[in-house]
Amino acid sequence: MKAAVIVFPGSNRERDMARALRQANGRAPDMIWSNDHDLPAGTDLVVLPGGFSYGDYLRCGAIAGRAPIMDAVRAFAAGGGLVLGVCNGFQILCESGLLPGVLMRNANLRFVCRTQHVRVERADTSFTSGYAKGQAIKVAIAHGEGNYEADEATIERLEGEGRVAFRYCDAKGRVGGVANPNGSRNDIAGIYSERYNVLGLMPHPENFIDPLVGGTDGRALFASLAAA
Amino acid sequence: MQARVIVTLKNGILDPQGKAIEGALRSLGVEGVASVRQGKVFDIALEGADAAGAKARLQTACEKLLANTVIENFSIEI
Repeated sequence: MKAAVIVFPGSNRERDMARALRQANGRAPDMIWSNDHDLPAGTDLVVLPGGFSYGDYLRCGAIAGRAPIMDAVRAFAAGGGLVLGVCNGFQILCESGLLPGVLMRNANLRFVCRTQHVRVERADTSFTSGYAKGQAIKVAIAHGEGNYEADEATIERLEGEGRVAFRYCDAKGRVGGVANPNGSRNDIAGIYSERYNVLGLMPHPENFIDPLVGGTDGRALFASLAAA
Repeated sequence: MQARVIVTLKNGILDPQGKAIEGALRSLGVEGVASVRQGKVFDIALEGADAAGAKARLQTACEKLLANTVIENFSIEI
């Protein structure tokens, strides 16, 4: 698995991401500057890390979604390549048109930074084969704009096609209610593209790969990718 | 040539910032505020004096970057 992490001005989780990829994969990813125009030859996985790209100016992910490297990322995804976007990376995927919908300001207007459980909605994708369907995993969230919204037709389509990847839940796997930290529609924490090769999610699996910092439930996502 | 682009949230899209501002105005005693929706204004200086061409370029600018048309409307004033 040859991974490339895209670094935008204002990214701040790229080293956490590199660490998680190295742990699962046995090799460090390439770090690619967002003003470059090409991905390294032989790239199998592109990762858009969390942070505050371009200071969240205009809208979260709006300017990064139009950065020079994104044409290459779009072409890579169109060819079936695996693309993972976490937190700001998810916002960038939505703004770049690689995923539908938008991440709005959290419904309670607060930045949330805490551990959070999410339910794995399906375990048959390149990203989640290391989990069990319905498993509640403990990960971290840290965002002010994670309130997923899309028009009615898009929501119906995502649900109908099984493209919701993760939903916010409590430790017992019960979805919704107070377990939803940001008002996200249908408790959506992450979604897939039509062909399940692009995943965007708000939680940070890369921060839960070491018992020293509270848990290792994020490891299986990277192990799944390494095995894909 | 000077142009102004106004970007607003579509009807029905929840605007928590607008709601918070609305609440603050009420608590300040500003009377008669029924609701507040927050938007954005861009003042853009354009080269040349071709108004029709400018409008077309700004339309492209809005669709490509200034507005997220999933949730926002835009209007252009020249």
